[in-house]
Amino acid sequence: MGMEGEEQEKAEKVVPLVVQDADDELELIKKKYLRGDRANLEALKDKKLRGQLAHREEVYGKSATAAAKAEKWLMPNEQGYLETEGLEKTWRIKQESIVREVDILSSKKAFDLVLPELGPYTLDYTSSGRYMAVGGRKGHLAIVDMNNMSLVKEFQVRETVRDVAFLHNELFFAAAQKKFRSKELMSKSLDSILGILRGRSFSSILISFVDATCEIGDTMLEVGDVTFGVEDTILEVRDSSFKVEGIHIFITGMVQNFTASRLASFFHVMKEHGAALKLKFLKNHFLLASVNKFGQLHYQDVTMGGMVGNYRTGLGRCDVMDVNPFNAVVGLGHSCGKVTMWTPTNPSPLVKMLCHHGPVLAVAFHPGGQQMATAGRERKIKIWDLRKYEVLHTYSTGARTLQFSQKGLLSIGNGSHVEVWRDSSGNHDYRPYMNHSMVKGYQIEKVAFRPYEDVLALGHSMGFSCTLVPGSGEPNFDSWVANPFETAKQRREKEIHSLLDKLQPETIVLDPTNIGGLRPWRRKERPAQHEREAELEAAIEAAKNAPTKHKTKGRSKPSKLERKKKDSIVRAKRPFVDQQKKEEDQLLKKKQRISEEAQLPVSLQRFARKKAK
Amino acid sequence: MKVKVISRSVDEFTRERSNDLQRVFRNFDPNLRPQEKSIEYVRGLNAAKLEKIFARPFVGAMEGHIDAVSCMAKNPNHLKGIFSGSMDGASIKFQMGSRSDILTGMLSVRHENQEPMSLNEVTDNFIRPTKEKYIRLWDIATRRTVCQFPGHQGAVQGLTSSIDGRVLVSCGTDCTVRLWKIPGATDESNDNSFKPIVFVSKNGFRDVDHKWEDNHFATAGTQVDIWDHNRSEPIRSFEWGQDTVISVRFNPGEPNILAATTSDRSITLYDLRLSSPLRKLIMKTKSNAIAWNPMEPMNFTAANEDCNCYSYDTRKLDEAKCVHKDHVSAVMDIDYSPTGREFVTGSYDRTIRIFPYNGGHSREIYHTKRMQRVFCTQFTCDGTYVVSGSDDTNLRLWKAKASEQLGVLLPRERKKHEYEEALINRFKHLPEINRVVRHRHVPKSIFKASALRRTVNETERKKEERRRAHSAPGSMKPIPMRKKRIIQEVE
Repeated sequence: MGMEGEEQEKAEKVVPLVVQDADDELELIKKKYLRGDRANLEALKDKKLRGQLAHREEVYGKSATAAAKAEKWLMPNEQGYLETEGLEKTWRIKQESIVREVDILSSKKAFDLVLPELGPYTLDYTSSGRYMAVGGRKGHLAIVDMNNMSLVKEFQVRETVRDVAFLHNELFFAAAQKKFRSKELMSKSLDSILGILRGRSFSSILISFVDATCEIGDTMLEVGDVTFGVEDTILEVRDSSFKVEGIHIFITGMVQNFTASRLASFFHVMKEHGAALKLKFLKNHFLLASVNKFGQLHYQDVTMGGMVGNYRTGLGRCDVMDVNPFNAVVGLGHSCGKVTMWTPTNPSPLVKMLCHHGPVLAVAFHPGGQQMATAGRERKIKIWDLRKYEVLHTYSTGARTLQFSQKGLLSIGNGSHVEVWRDSSGNHDYRPYMNHSMVKGYQIEKVAFRPYEDVLALGHSMGFSCTLVPGSGEPNFDSWVANPFETAKQRREKEIHSLLDKLQPETIVLDPTNIGGLRPWRRKERPAQHEREAELEAAIEAAKNAPTKHKTKGRSKPSKLERKKKDSIVRAKRPFVDQQKKEEDQLLKKKQRISEEAQLPVSLQRFARKKAK
Repeated sequence: MKVKVISRSVDEFTRERSNDLQRVFRNFDPNLRPQEKSIEYVRGLNAAKLEKIFARPFVGAMEGHIDAVSCMAKNPNHLKGIFSGSMDGASIKFQMGSRSDILTGMLSVRHENQEPMSLNEVTDNFIRPTKEKYIRLWDIATRRTVCQFPGHQGAVQGLTSSIDGRVLVSCGTDCTVRLWKIPGATDESNDNSFKPIVFVSKNGFRDVDHKWEDNHFATAGTQVDIWDHNRSEPIRSFEWGQDTVISVRFNPGEPNILAATTSDRSITLYDLRLSSPLRKLIMKTKSNAIAWNPMEPMNFTAANEDCNCYSYDTRKLDEAKCVHKDHVSAVMDIDYSPTGREFVTGSYDRTIRIFPYNGGHSREIYHTKRMQRVFCTQFTCDGTYVVSGSDDTNLRLWKAKASEQLGVLLPRERKKHEYEEALINRFKHLPEINRVVRHRHVPKSIFKASALRRTVNETERKKEERRRAHSAPGSMKPIPMRKKRIIQEVE
């Protein structure tokens, strides 16, 4: 038997190293799919439930293994990378040399677009990364299809545009404008709407003009028969003066079969938001969040149109905003150096952190949701742990804008210079990975990584440009989550499904994984006898070894020191002795009661308890 | 320097031709799906609501009998056939011989014992009794009568078919047991083509059940009789006490064992290999019907007069395994699903309920305005449907799962249903979903009666609690409900 055992051991040892590495790698991937540790079922009293849960845990394990294997073997694409040889450093490699090395398709993705008239530019990507919305400060709005580099629609609103944000798909985007006063645009867009509506199928979208007295949505739905009615109403709108400050939602390609030249049409004014400075769209909740000049945070449901929340931050003008993708909590950076985190249901912030000694210039959340990067005017960048709300690392660099990529690269825009940092060690210590300098004098307004691509887009004062950052994007997309090659039919179907799965604003909490979880088991455990004794020993030992202060005027005499030490030992013992005595007393009382009850005749026993008390 | 960036050519990621399927790529990374748990919760809630919307269990009614349906039997060899027998013996229909179109009338005779022949003799020349079709064979798929078995002179009380599916055994208050040849599924035959074999006895019968092997069957009446197909006299008779045996069922696992319930409130176990009965369990109220669990054949469930069903283990009769409460009136019949995971009960409170075999409360309640007291219920042989026969002369066909989609499911549909079921199961403990899943609309009368029952039980419990508090410690031990209704077990 012994011989056999040894042989077996030998056989086990001779596992090829490659296989072992593969197993380790698989374990590492599997951990991601397990979504946390196993539930502790030991404490469960209910045997049946314990069995069921144990079975379920087993199923989770199996599905995680399957998913890990699928990831390892079946994924069509691999992550991008930039490797150096010898003395080369990744941060010294210029964009030109990268563009020269990569394939033609990728090299076309890097470009500079100089638009000196209407900048600085801000931009936003759709969740699939295919479309980019560009907003020039002086009123230039455009939608670009980044796959084939074609302009979907471009127009000028001739007034200040502060931010743009895509809604749930590329057909809708919101622009934070100063005022909507362009009568010509108004009438033009309405004319074009009407032109299309005549004799064509029209998706049932309510079009309403908030400031005008009329709502033309109703008539619009019955297009075809009542075209004149629509025109009449619109003439009325044209005459009324428009001076609305707020967000304007635009819709591109409103008519479903109208693909030849897409149209962008003014859709809806939301004046309740005031002079919004930043916009963010919460995709799962269909909420448009905005923060305005007066530091008011607004949440609006874009499906039903109702205001979900309207909260005063009370911390002054605020134009720093980001959404934590993990839990959809909105983070705001204030001029007092605070970062506050908000949910639509709570009138006060869930978290207030003093992050910087000066104004906060930029906030960015890691895609995993556990880290946050902030930049302050005192030229500091800090990485925060959002589980403990502690700073992990501080770097002495300034930043005007920050963003994390899907794979966790941190881009830092400052002046005309942009840096990309990477956490190569795994302890959230970010080190320079790449950098890129624009022409001197360009001011970078916004950096945005393109989802599912290795591209970093920069919006700056002289237009916007894209650079290649290998390894920044997720290489494999999921067709049901965000599909860069989505067809119109798929988009329509996804719109319906995402509306069915729409989350209520109440689901925005700091830890969304709590839903449907087990309540932690709280049982006061009485320590065992030997544990208590060990504790007592430790306490006495600690008291004995406590350092003594040297004191003058005879107070450090050996006798005094000895007495002090004895006192401290007694003091250390005290709580243990008290506890023991208390327990003994209780036991004694109980015993007494029982014995009394036993002595008394049956009929009188019920009085015994009262007496004992 | 080595560099690689993500590069996707459009050709690789889109379909080649417009009639190809769209290409789909999956990536199960949790980071791509933030708030996935919340979304699943919302999906679970929607699934629960959809389940409620699609819960339309009633498939259709089968009418044809002219009095209450008293018993039903499945044909184990033919999935869509079901036999039903009615109590037509209690009301006799006469037809005028010469002018039948004008003078058709109904004459009700209250007492079963009154002989129809005497009336017949009086009006022999003028009026003849029609041949009543007390037993019908239904095709569930079309919900039509396939054929009828005329012959019984009184109410048919028991029906069963042999295991090979060739012989139908019926018995009734007219003191006869009749053996019918079951027509083949394709036969389109007339009413009168079957001549039953008739065994006559001195007393009426209440129930019949066929053994799971051989040509033997058992009838219940004044005693339990064991019959052979080929003999006109019972081959065995068991008697324990003087009271009427109400129902009898053979054990599906051990064919020689049978259980019977008696109107003296007892449930008796018999073994055909022994000369005397095995055991008897006396409860406080009588059991109307009994059913063995086909998958765990040592367990049976008894439908009791006290609104509850009691599941017993034959090896341990001093305590019920489970008490199934929910009905508000006497439970009349019970039948297990072929899976053995649930059973259906019909009750005098005009509802049918489906219970899990180990659950204390029903998973489903079915009722309609027109359905009166339910006398018999059956699961179909595939466990997909439930058939009930009630006082209003109709058989009713129900789905066993109220919201199940019938017909052939596409794989995607099936997956979707499975996903929704899993979601509901995962979040069923959360209040919002639990409320939707648990809610059942019940008739007002039942709602009130159950509230009343709850009040009565609660007051009884409180009273007992107070009694216990004011009596000597240990003198009033709490008796669990599983034991409370048992008087004694007799060996």
